Amino acid sequence: MSDSPAIVESHNPAQQHHFADMEQQRQAASLGMWLFLATEVMFFGGMFCAYLIYRYWYYPEFAAGSKTLDIWLGAINTGVLICSSLTVALSVRAAQFGKRKLLVTLLVATILLGLVFLGIKGVEWASKFEEHHVPGYSFHFEPQAHSHSNAEIDPQRIQIFFSLYFAMTGIHALHMVIGVGLFAVLTFYAWKGRYGAAYYTPIENAGLYWHFVDIIWIYLFPLLYLIDRKK
Amino acid sequence: MSEHIVSIKLYYAIWTALLLLTGITAGVAFIDLGPFNTVVALVIATLKAVLVLLFFMHLKYASEKMTSVVVISAIFWLLLLLALSLADYSTRPLGVS
Repeated sequence: MSDSPAIVESHNPAQQHHFADMEQQRQAASLGMWLFLATEVMFFGGMFCAYLIYRYWYYPEFAAGSKTLDIWLGAINTGVLICSSLTVALSVRAAQFGKRKLLVTLLVATILLGLVFLGIKGVEWASKFEEHHVPGYSFHFEPQAHSHSNAEIDPQRIQIFFSLYFAMTGIHALHMVIGVGLFAVLTFYAWKGRYGAAYYTPIENAGLYWHFVDIIWIYLFPLLYLIDRKK
Repeated sequence: MSEHIVSIKLYYAIWTALLLLTGITAGVAFIDLGPFNTVVALVIATLKAVLVLLFFMHLKYASEKMTSVVVISAIFWLLLLLALSLADYSTRPLGVS
């Protein structure tokens, strides 16, 4: 009686006993991940709200601060993140088809792209330190003589722009570091062959997280780098 | 499996669109459109976010209706936060905190 084909067929080692079947388990995990992302929207929302209010108040200073950021490094980093989102999307597909080697390759590619993003971000931050644009005692801002000659620019207010810049890109980068760590663990288990067509929920949920972090950067790029670029 | 498997072609199409939109948003920033520079930048960013949500995050194919409820709620809460805060700060005399 224990070798009833229905039971043997339906039991996947990855299935938790409190779920009726794998499909129900997958849907529950997916909904939980989306709920977590909803809390992340609120978490980042607080910073976006602070940004909105100060940008509304101190627009000339925000424009002047934004112009000191390297628009090309920012654009390249956006491209790097979009490429990493593609490799993540393809890795979910590879798991759905049970292609283990392709899955591992794509996960490693994602990790590398994530590290490239963090490296470029590090270069940008380092130049901000060299230019004394980091808020604090050594903060110094030299307004460009030819731009905004009619508007008074208050260096104190530019510190608020850079505070928000470091807070928002810093928290975003922290999410990237966590994402790279997640994918490192998943790569290990994928190598050992844990994921396949019947069970790939961890890949899918880590992918949702990665795409969400990508969306945050999609908004950070225009909001921080592109405030007033027109000559 | 009720989970939809997206074709590789579609993934590459979305990827190309996202890269193109990134180039466009960086290029348009240098053209003087007055107050519409910000509007264009935010519209393009939202377009990119929607592409990622629908196709990369499979929202278009989600079999569970609850997922859409969660996403719409999250966007609603965010807009509530931003709109009500701005309604306060934008109606104060400038610089008064």
